[in-house]
Amino acid sequence: MLLIHCPYCAEERPEIEFRHAGEAHIARPDAMADLSEEAFQGYFFIRDNRKGEVFERWRHIHGCGRFFNAVRNTITDKFLATYEAGKPKPDLDALKAQKGTSA
Amino acid sequence: MSAPHRMTSGANRVAGAGRLTPARTARFTFDGKQLTALEGDTLASALLANGIHLMGRSFKYHRPRGVLSAGAEEPNALMGVSRDAARYQPNVRASVQEVFDGMRANSQNRWPSLAFDVGAVNDALSPFLAAGFYYKTFMWPRAAWERLYEPNIRAAAGLGVAPTEPDPDRYASRYAHCDVLVVGGGVAGLSAALAAAESGVSVILCDEQAEMGGALHHEVGISINGEDGFEWAQKTARRLAFMDNVEVLTRTTAFGYYAQNFVGLTERVTDHLASPRSDQPRERLWQVRARRVILATGAIERHMVFPDNDRPGIMLASAARTFLNHYGVAVGSKVGVYAACDSAYEAAFDLKRAGIEIPVIVDTRDGPGEGLLSAAADLGIEVLTRHGVIATGGRLRVSSIRVRPIGSSDGGRKIAVDALIMSAGWTPAIHLFSQSRGKVTWDAENSRFLPGAYAQDCLSIGACNGTAGLQEIVEEALASGELMARATGAEDVPKLSVAVESRAEGRSQWTSGMAGAGEGAGADSAAKAFVDFQNDVTAKDIRLAVREGMHSIEHVKRFTTNGMATDQGKTSNMHGLAIAAETLGKSIPEVGLTTFRAPYTPVTFGAIVGHSRGALFDPVRKTALHECWETNGAIFEDVGQWKRAWYFPRVGEDMHQAVARECRTVRETAGLFDASTLGKIEVVGPDAAKFLDLMYTNAWSSLAPGRSKYGVMLREDGYIYDDGVVGRLAEDRFHVTTTTGGAPRVLHHMEDYLQTEFPDLDVWLTSITEQWAVIAVQGPKAREIIAPFVEGIDMSDEAMPHMSVREGVICGVPTRLFRMSFTGERGFEVNVPADYARSVFEALWERAEAMGACLYGTETMHVLRAEKGYIIVGQDTDGTVTPHDAGLSWAISKKKPDFVGIAGLRRSDLVRTDRKQLVGLTTKDPRIVLDEGAQIVADPNEKIPMTMLGHVTSSYWSDNCGRSIALAVVAGGRERIGQTLYVPMPDRTIEVEVTSTVFFDKEGGRLNG
Amino acid sequence: MRKYSVFAIAREAMRGHNGWEKQWSSPEPRSSYDVVIVGAGGHGLGTAYYLAREHGIRNVAVIEKGWLGGGNTGRNTTIIRSNYLYDESAGLYNHALNLWQDLSQELNYNVMYSARGVMMLQHNVHDVQSAKRHVHSNRLNGVDNEWLEPEEAKAFCPPLNISQSARYPVMGAALQRRGGVARHDAVAWGYARAASDMGVHIIQNCEVTGIRRGPNGEVKGVDTARGFIGAKKVGVVAAGHTSVLMDMAGVHMPLESFPLQALVSEPVKPIFPCVVMSNTVHAYISQSDKGELVIGAGTDQYTSYSQTGGLHIIQHTLDAICEMFPIFTRMKMLRSWGGIVDVTPDRSPILAKTPVKGLYVNCGWGTGGFKATPGSAHVFAHTIANDAPHKINENFTLERFRTGRLIDEAAAAAVAH
Repeated sequence: MLLIHCPYCAEERPEIEFRHAGEAHIARPDAMADLSEEAFQGYFFIRDNRKGEVFERWRHIHGCGRFFNAVRNTITDKFLATYEAGKPKPDLDALKAQKGTSA
Repeated sequence: MSAPHRMTSGANRVAGAGRLTPARTARFTFDGKQLTALEGDTLASALLANGIHLMGRSFKYHRPRGVLSAGAEEPNALMGVSRDAARYQPNVRASVQEVFDGMRANSQNRWPSLAFDVGAVNDALSPFLAAGFYYKTFMWPRAAWERLYEPNIRAAAGLGVAPTEPDPDRYASRYAHCDVLVVGGGVAGLSAALAAAESGVSVILCDEQAEMGGALHHEVGISINGEDGFEWAQKTARRLAFMDNVEVLTRTTAFGYYAQNFVGLTERVTDHLASPRSDQPRERLWQVRARRVILATGAIERHMVFPDNDRPGIMLASAARTFLNHYGVAVGSKVGVYAACDSAYEAAFDLKRAGIEIPVIVDTRDGPGEGLLSAAADLGIEVLTRHGVIATGGRLRVSSIRVRPIGSSDGGRKIAVDALIMSAGWTPAIHLFSQSRGKVTWDAENSRFLPGAYAQDCLSIGACNGTAGLQEIVEEALASGELMARATGAEDVPKLSVAVESRAEGRSQWTSGMAGAGEGAGADSAAKAFVDFQNDVTAKDIRLAVREGMHSIEHVKRFTTNGMATDQGKTSNMHGLAIAAETLGKSIPEVGLTTFRAPYTPVTFGAIVGHSRGALFDPVRKTALHECWETNGAIFEDVGQWKRAWYFPRVGEDMHQAVARECRTVRETAGLFDASTLGKIEVVGPDAAKFLDLMYTNAWSSLAPGRSKYGVMLREDGYIYDDGVVGRLAEDRFHVTTTTGGAPRVLHHMEDYLQTEFPDLDVWLTSITEQWAVIAVQGPKAREIIAPFVEGIDMSDEAMPHMSVREGVICGVPTRLFRMSFTGERGFEVNVPADYARSVFEALWERAEAMGACLYGTETMHVLRAEKGYIIVGQDTDGTVTPHDAGLSWAISKKKPDFVGIAGLRRSDLVRTDRKQLVGLTTKDPRIVLDEGAQIVADPNEKIPMTMLGHVTSSYWSDNCGRSIALAVVAGGRERIGQTLYVPMPDRTIEVEVTSTVFFDKEGGRLNG
Repeated sequence: MRKYSVFAIAREAMRGHNGWEKQWSSPEPRSSYDVVIVGAGGHGLGTAYYLAREHGIRNVAVIEKGWLGGGNTGRNTTIIRSNYLYDESAGLYNHALNLWQDLSQELNYNVMYSARGVMMLQHNVHDVQSAKRHVHSNRLNGVDNEWLEPEEAKAFCPPLNISQSARYPVMGAALQRRGGVARHDAVAWGYARAASDMGVHIIQNCEVTGIRRGPNGEVKGVDTARGFIGAKKVGVVAAGHTSVLMDMAGVHMPLESFPLQALVSEPVKPIFPCVVMSNTVHAYISQSDKGELVIGAGTDQYTSYSQTGGLHIIQHTLDAICEMFPIFTRMKMLRSWGGIVDVTPDRSPILAKTPVKGLYVNCGWGTGGFKATPGSAHVFAHTIANDAPHKINENFTLERFRTGRLIDEAAAAAVAH
């Protein structure tokens, strides 16, 4: 069971309080009504599914209820950062360097 | 028997040896025979004390086996142990299970008896049963595998017999957090725990054995802080247990090391007790989140791999030493020793000092560590260096060994023994370290894998870290305890010191040794030299696997089943690896290690399940009105976690009759129904309407306060996700209802969009499902029933038409009163605060009953809505149905620029005209009620596979229509209205006509009737 | 290849089993092949086998990062069934089931296919409706699947608790008698041996690090830990790692990879005669020939390549097992492990050509790929050999995620009420 830092509660809580909510930073297209099939496929179905650091969404569903984003390594399952929804993607290299020194 | 002294608790107890109290005995049976043990005995030590070495049969060849070890690594001595008929446990390791008074133990995997087992014919047939033989045969004739071969193989396999009665015991579960978790209570673990604990941080110390001490169970002659080592261990454990910041757990195995220092422990609470208290759980699962973990899990001794090394009486040297030094039991009177590691010498010396004859120490090496040869000479023990044991004799117990110089080809010298103890060296117990995803490194000098790079916040200390020498271990342990305490925030960390002294100091004991096959078990040998005892894997099998192309150690493991028995290869993995490496001509690290998987030792399902049994398996949700329904004789159905009233049979009625009566009564008079389980979400804020415009296909901005509307919710892909009536209470306030099962995910879905896609909207979402109970009152007399109780609401058709909502008072409590109908009758849904639901219901029901109304359940609700063609999401739709398919195109606003699903809905496959569409079906014979889920075809004579046009989604007998009715999805269905189609059943084909979805009151006049 | 038989065993028994050949060879890779298959699991090895056997394409290499059969082939709970709802799925899985029946004889390798019956329990009215829909659809598709009342289910599987006081009482079951289990390792080994015998190169411990494309975008070969290997056609059959590999060719996939755990109990004498699944309480269980109860858990909720998962997932599964089979609480978990399953948006596989000429993909089997192994391999070989799908897999395309023509078995068993 993972231990997840909720950026809103500013606490580490066990995974069972959270719900994973898929890849992060996929914005819903503005002109939805005119979206082509290809663009819809890209938005709704295609996923990075990267081996390594991924940006993903979680919701503290049994806590504050807020959605937030996380950077996690999918090989080790370790979190590099969690941050509030709407914030820009953190710089991956800087995060990795920071984790590398503090570990 | 020469030296051992006769006692009631077994002929092989050695006077003055061991730590058990002779006066405290316990009676038990083994295969029906009454025996006596001492309190604190394991089943193995008690049997050995009684002279019983034959304890089991192997898995495949049914070879007679004795106990190999005195611990959790035991592969051979597995037994069925019972307290009573329902408290029976198969595959219990006799070396771990403590004897309690009244225990019954039985040997396994033998018939008719342990001494004479018919299955042992497999041993004679073993040339035909080499590793992987079953992949090469049993294929002809084809059907014979299932009918003949497999049943016989299955019957022969398995070990013990599974329990057949429900388990009367309870299991407990606990979550714990600590600063430092110390796994293992030997010298290292105790020292580390003490160092951490003295700094004030919270510590959990666990050990799998009944008492702390680890290797001190067999190591004697050690003094710590001036007292006997084992005594020091007990005192230290007590001292720790008295500290407020420490939890000391014995009989507790750390079985799994999961992500982020999450460690699973199982505590065996009562399995050693003669009369457990009724409030005691049998086992307790601890799920520990530790900020730091210290692994002090020790090392496991390996056996020697040589021909016929599996006879009863052949065991690990450390086991023999434990039996003597801890349990006071002599494993034999004439005990041979076979060593590739110094520690076996210490065992021999201890046994010899206890008066047991040691005819020989056979050492494969040029010589042991410093001082051992002279010590042996002092005790009068013959040592044969550069020798190997090449054969053993004896059937149900070893009676002799044959010894010859390494590399010679002579027949060797036969030496009579009644036990043989052995040590090929020690394998550091890196299981948990490896589970934590740490990377192991190869220690070439000592041929062992050790913890390398750490992946989590933990440290390995002591023997599991390859640390040798008591002084070094203690220093390492104290330092680790201090380090981890500091790491978790302790500032005042006292400097501890523990003074140790060992009789054997200076003699190397832990390192060196060998892995792989010994003398006489080389590549040219046809002998059975066992690597994995329980699974009967020999050195030959490993070589065969390699010969057949199994070059990965995982392939070798799977092909031979080496290391896959209940001991998970604790003694066998290194040997298997070494033999495979040698056969491949590679080094051990090149071949690699198989993955260590949780659990370290087998874990009872019940302990993992804990309280999650029966009613606690999944919470039951009951509505505020549940007891009212119970009182009125409802039968309930499970809908998600909810219990919903299904129907209300009167005396003598079956379900069909009850439902028919309820259906008639609602349409003739009225009925009361519990709609509380439907999800309810309050959507509030200046942008509430704008938000709902995005979440539903319908337009909400134009809905006037006080009115309600049926809403359809899609996912982005355009398929129906949920539906429900939404009422507008005020400009900025909506009362949204969802399906019963959909409530949580609809709220989650809404929150997702509100928080992440439309965060600019000023809206709040609140689940109010549990706050408002809902009594639906439906039928021509609905208004008449409730009107007298309502205050402040004009309920006339003009003031409160169909699909409107009012806030007011009913029976003196607040209500949100919806005029709405899921039956096609005039209807109301009375929302009241859940705490008042019962009294409101009782008032309404008293009047309704007097007026001839009924209570009705979900089944009648289903029939009535089907008569009107109202869909149920999840029954008439299934996640592949669009609003167009379901005949709900009218609910899609044409004016909105955007809503969730607008793009998905326009994709090419979703706008096909031949999609499956919701229609009505009537059977040509009105008495036939179609099967829900039955498939529909156009050509009943088509050969299989038939072209299926769709299926029946809802089907009922409708008393109100005087016939059966059905809803179905049919390809291009709306174009087919009027056509005849067919429903092929196993016994007949049913003719049906495609109709509209409305069967009753097509004009809809009754809504206001 | 020397034939396996009881006589061969007798012969070898007499001479210490010294005459057995390697089951497959480990050749040096050639500079190029007609077809390179990436991934030596059952589906990949089977594809190579059928390419050689049915299409005469023997200049084939199967390239594997680790050891053959070491991915989901060697980690799954080996359930085989074909009682799927939709025509497309029923067609694919039933094709596989038909091949399972003769696979041991065809490969001359006992894969221990055991049609002991797969029983799918239903616990509420909604379940029953859905299960009966399957039964009816299967019957008209020629797929065996029958409805059992609770007492019949109990008779078929005596340890089952059908008490009405259970939290979720059993209301019936759908039984596919031809369903069952097989020995997972043997499937990989049997295909490897038979393919190797026909000249297919199986190259283990050789990670693919790139997929090279020519000037017109067509596939040229793969870069590997052992250098570049040319190929006219490349088939990616890499389960959980498919996204990573397809990215190398510039194809982004509609896939997510999740941890999936399973466990076995200690071995006991035969107690459990069939396979039982329950979608409502989330558990599946059978007993292996060795005597272990083989139990499948659900996926963890987050994507991962770690091949490990949380203890709470195992807990949830054992809760369900002990609820359905209360006599098992005293059984013991012997070993648990994890795999990586690749899941598509509609939970149906992709077995198809790709936008890249000469590149084919077989993926998206989620939690249930083992049962399809022979059928999947067979039609995928056809797809590669003919550069066109077999009729059986023509709808398992990548395009369906554009057009919306999904094959959504899971949605069809939908929730809500």
